Amino acid sequence: MGAIVLAESDRPLFEWRWVERNADNILQRLGEHLALTATALAIGLVVSVGLAVLSLRWRWFYPVALSTAGALYVIPSLGAFALLVPFFGLSFTTAVIPLATYTLLILLRNIVTGIQQVPADVREAAVGMGFTRARLLVSVELPLALPVVIAGLRVAAVTTIGLVTVTSMLGMGGLGFFIRQGIQTTTPNPTAIIVGIGLSIVLAVVVDFLLWLSERALAPWARKKVRA
Amino acid sequence: MGAEEGARVSNIFAEAWDWLGQPNRWSWSDPAGIPYRTVEHLSFSALSLVVAAALTIPPALWLAHYRRGAFLASSVINIGRAIPSFGLIILFWFLASRWDVNTDFWPLLIALVALALPPLFTNTYAGVISVDADAVDAARGTGYTERQIMFRMELPLALPVILAGARVAFLQLVATVAIGAIVNDGGGLGRYIVDGFAQGRAGYGEILAGGVAVIVLALLCEGIFSLITRWAVPKGLTVESAQQPQVL
Repeated sequence: MGAIVLAESDRPLFEWRWVERNADNILQRLGEHLALTATALAIGLVVSVGLAVLSLRWRWFYPVALSTAGALYVIPSLGAFALLVPFFGLSFTTAVIPLATYTLLILLRNIVTGIQQVPADVREAAVGMGFTRARLLVSVELPLALPVVIAGLRVAAVTTIGLVTVTSMLGMGGLGFFIRQGIQTTTPNPTAIIVGIGLSIVLAVVVDFLLWLSERALAPWARKKVRA
Repeated sequence: MGAEEGARVSNIFAEAWDWLGQPNRWSWSDPAGIPYRTVEHLSFSALSLVVAAALTIPPALWLAHYRRGAFLASSVINIGRAIPSFGLIILFWFLASRWDVNTDFWPLLIALVALALPPLFTNTYAGVISVDADAVDAARGTGYTERQIMFRMELPLALPVILAGARVAFLQLVATVAIGAIVNDGGGLGRYIVDGFAQGRAGYGEILAGGVAVIVLALLCEGIFSLITRWAVPKGLTVESAQQPQVL
């Protein structure tokens, strides 16, 4: 049932020629991978900020939101995709919804923790200067929480990039396309598998590094003491 | 949602329901049975967790006790996160098929063990490190050997954190066994999802039922794990354990 039967393959483990021939395709899949990751992170971030605002306003809401996010995090990726396919088909939507929900737990927790860490006297000073609640959040609390928020974003980004490879089972492209292609051609192609895995890891490391750089640029006062 | 769309959606639920009612679907011995696939799913996940725990906990305990390898402990989880599980399974499957090894068992097992290593290692290390240094010194003063300190003090006291790591690892394993169905004749409950995908539209009922089965299994495992944590943690440590660092 369903298992893939291999033809004999004596292709070498890695062929540069294949990479050169497929350079355009590799770039395209890399772009798809980034687009899925960025969309999922953006949705996750917007929803988490919303949930964080509600959590800070009503204390009872935080444990509820956090345990809901925790339960969603537990759902296996393939199970989540399977649940959505009958309704949204093999589509971008099906792929992006679970990817975004997986970011909620870490982002929500880090945003709330980050804002709670803002010193009380800083908050009081802003209120004393006549800041409204919304302005306090946008121009004082969120910027001061930025290092912790970005720490969460880094974890979420790296995890999402790994998970996007699974969406190739939905025909969603991304670098997982090559991982599947490696075993679906008549003679298996190890180069495609290795390129898919390798680029996914490289992408995760590069995005992680860029986010770290952006944290240093955006929050230069907090060069130390943030834990991931 | 229009009337037509509504009819289509209710069709899918009906298809999933029909699928659940097929003969042998509730068999423990027939591969078509959900109980059969559930047992397969859990035994693969549990076996991988046991192997990974045997490989990581002793060295992590030793390294943390002698305060070595701190950099390794902090970076291993980040490296682990960046590795795509899907790719790892397919890569090992390819290598196994090239070397004429049984592709139904070894590739998936090795990929799963590799995925469970980082959370187990990091949490064991972090748990042992966080054991009160004064208590360890006191034990040393009363004549405990280093070995006794490791196995009678540090290991039990680190247990809540180690179990938190085991929980994360196990849930990741349950998720990954399902993905394993793409290369494996077994693959536990993921079998239904992958087979359903292969049928296109006709498989939507099976995909939905399989997806629900995988999700229910994961949520049950999460629940059972939190019960185990409650029982296994040494008395007097439970209150504190809520504040222990948890590595996600």
